Amino acid sequence: MVIGTLLRRDLATLLPGGRRGGTLLPLLFFLAVAMLYPFAAGPEPQMLARTGGGVIWIAALLAAILPLERLIAADLEAGIFDQLSLRGISEEWAMASRLVAHWLAFGPLLLLATLPAATLLGLSGETVRVLLLGLLAGTPGLAAIGLAIAALTAALRQGAALAGLMVIPLAIPILIFGAGALSRPDTAGLALTAAISLGLCAVTPFVAGAAIRAAREG
Amino acid sequence: MQGAGLTARELYCRRGDRPLFGGLDLTLERGEALHLTGPNGIGKSSLIQILAGLRKPSDFLAAKGEGFSRGFVDWSGSVALLDGRLALDEAVTLDRALAFWTALDGSEKLTSKHAETLGIEALMDVPVRYLSTGQRKRAGLVRLLGQQADHWLLDEPLNGLDADSVIVVEQLIADHRGTGGIAIVASHQPITMTDATALDLREYPW
Repeated sequence: MVIGTLLRRDLATLLPGGRRGGTLLPLLFFLAVAMLYPFAAGPEPQMLARTGGGVIWIAALLAAILPLERLIAADLEAGIFDQLSLRGISEEWAMASRLVAHWLAFGPLLLLATLPAATLLGLSGETVRVLLLGLLAGTPGLAAIGLAIAALTAALRQGAALAGLMVIPLAIPILIFGAGALSRPDTAGLALTAAISLGLCAVTPFVAGAAIRAAREG
Repeated sequence: MQGAGLTARELYCRRGDRPLFGGLDLTLERGEALHLTGPNGIGKSSLIQILAGLRKPSDFLAAKGEGFSRGFVDWSGSVALLDGRLALDEAVTLDRALAFWTALDGSEKLTSKHAETLGIEALMDVPVRYLSTGQRKRAGLVRLLGQQADHWLLDEPLNGLDADSVIVVEQLIADHRGTGGIAIVASHQPITMTDATALDLREYPW
């Protein structure tokens, strides 16, 4: 009941067209990278087919950074989390809801946008299949890292730029196993990507919740 | 209507390296009011946040050899807070922004009555970001009323309000106390509260 109300507000805020200026920009950015890559690296089909999957992974990672700026900071400033806390709703619940909403706001659309991006790069059907499964397994982890970092940097000036920089090294394991799955005959890479994502999603509400409480003591 | 609503002991507060106040004990019975005064920066807002449970009281050295100790705040009943931050979504209309809180508080049906009390019923379809300072304060008061909390913490509730609204707020506080609620008000503007205890934080240096 309470979590449903929280989730409805978070989704209304974060979904493209939402009240926080949640837009399609990360997706357009993602597609633009896929479109620019053949211009920069040359149009040879073999080379594009070999490296295109990795490019899409990097584009996905960067696109996941774009929405972080307004993910937590605006609500922290407005005192939303204080008012929730006074109603006995813990920061952990608020962050769990925010994590689900954040993923829903960019994950499914990113998977959809992967199809035209793969076409632009001339990827084969099998590569696209592994790429989609990998992104499905990896994007919740990217969302979790992003949320934790956004909460940790929300109270800082210049927090948004810092958040982008801090996400990148933490996302490397997901990138290694997720993109690595493209060049493996088995599904071990996908399984590891999913395992990392699950671990991150389990820990993030607690990390982000503690970060919000710490921000009050400043 | 009797019985302790708030018990707070040995509240100390430090911001960064700067000690603000210390050794503060508070006991308020149900229906009582406390008017916090003192110059800017003395720690009124910090005290409100400590009383709201949002900020921990600072550690202090209890006595020689006894180590560090920390005070506590204990309320009987729920507590609502109104401060400078509205906690309403700026981009949506006022009724939608309030609807989020009333859904959590289970008080959807009361919104229009509360809005009428505060005289903002005509503004319900205006986006929150277009509201003036006084209108924002009144919207915050509607949110506060909707929470139906047992006790109120008000940080500068009269800021930006016109003379008529000040009377409305004073009446709301009186009604709230009449139902056994405690009101703690930090305000450097004069506010009429009958039998309110005045507390000047300058009398509690660390």
